[in-house]
Amino acid sequence: MLGTLFTLLFLLSLYFSVLSGSEAQAGTALLTGAQEAIPFCLGIAGSLCYWNAWMELAERSGLAARLSRLLRPLLCRLFPRSSQSGEVLSALSENLSANLLGLGNAATPAGIRAARGMASLGAAARDELSLLVVINTASLQLIPGTIAAVRASAGAKAPFDILPAVWLSSACSVCAGLGAAAFFKRIWPCCR
Amino acid sequence: MALLSLTPLILMGFLCLYAHLRGHDVYAALLDGAGKGLRLTLELLPALVLLFSLIYVLRASGLGEYLVDLAAPLLRRLGVPEETAPLMLIRPLSGSGALAEASALIARYGADSLIGRTAAVMIGSSETTFYVIAVYFSAAGVRETRWAIPAALCADLACFLSAAWICRLFWG
Repeated sequence: MLGTLFTLLFLLSLYFSVLSGSEAQAGTALLTGAQEAIPFCLGIAGSLCYWNAWMELAERSGLAARLSRLLRPLLCRLFPRSSQSGEVLSALSENLSANLLGLGNAATPAGIRAARGMASLGAAARDELSLLVVINTASLQLIPGTIAAVRASAGAKAPFDILPAVWLSSACSVCAGLGAAAFFKRIWPCCR
Repeated sequence: MALLSLTPLILMGFLCLYAHLRGHDVYAALLDGAGKGLRLTLELLPALVLLFSLIYVLRASGLGEYLVDLAAPLLRRLGVPEETAPLMLIRPLSGSGALAEASALIARYGADSLIGRTAAVMIGSSETTFYVIAVYFSAAGVRETRWAIPAALCADLACFLSAAWICRLFWG
């Protein structure tokens, strides 16, 4: 998918640069862009490492596990069928708490475990599998470390002052996802 | 606003104390985490080199501007800065591509500008939708995604619109 997108955008850009007579600028831009990626990466590397260090501590100290236990009642309501399986419930809560803390490396494996468990429950849990995916596509991360690092390296006065806006916007996105899920679940044709 | 800059500091202080009291070696854990972060950054680098280059050409060729002009009437009516149009298109498809585009916007308009902030909030409150859908469904061995894609795109749309409106309300 990404391969197609890259090819499409690349060829479209070349076509447009010939159309507008800016081939020379486009040629320079190719290399400037590639060159700029390195200072950008270096600029955020320090903050990214530092942020990751704290995430590791949250995981090791057991805070993530404690948070995931707190989330279980909520998950039982969202996933009434699959949460009856203890294994799926613990994978689900691990996935959600890792998402909240921004532990991307821990969230995906836990989410996949939950998804596999739901798939094994058969057709009954199919809607809940879709719901799990929709929740994972809406970012729940409480502290968006990467973009804060980008803002810091670009000279923002207070890189974290976007936090309340991010929380509100995430909440809107999750609510829209849940609402859309409830709506589509009703109208989607039951196949087979 | 002072309280806001305090949020991460309070969280860190709490976490530090909590881990220490529970008998963990705080420094060793942080050190390991920072090492993992470095590897993460290095893994990010090849994709960023390719996508930065792509985004720069996209802008130099006039395609970026064309997209912005195309979407401008609708976005302006919705109250979304039209400069974020390419970012909203790339975001569900490629995380690194979106990061490259957002950093270009932030560099051009300033981190504390309305456009820079809107781009940051859009990225911070959304995910690489199609990547997540592909990973989960293929890992579960389920081929029929049913309503997952339309519902996830509804969530993305709500995210982008609310990001723009909230930023305008806070900093406009």
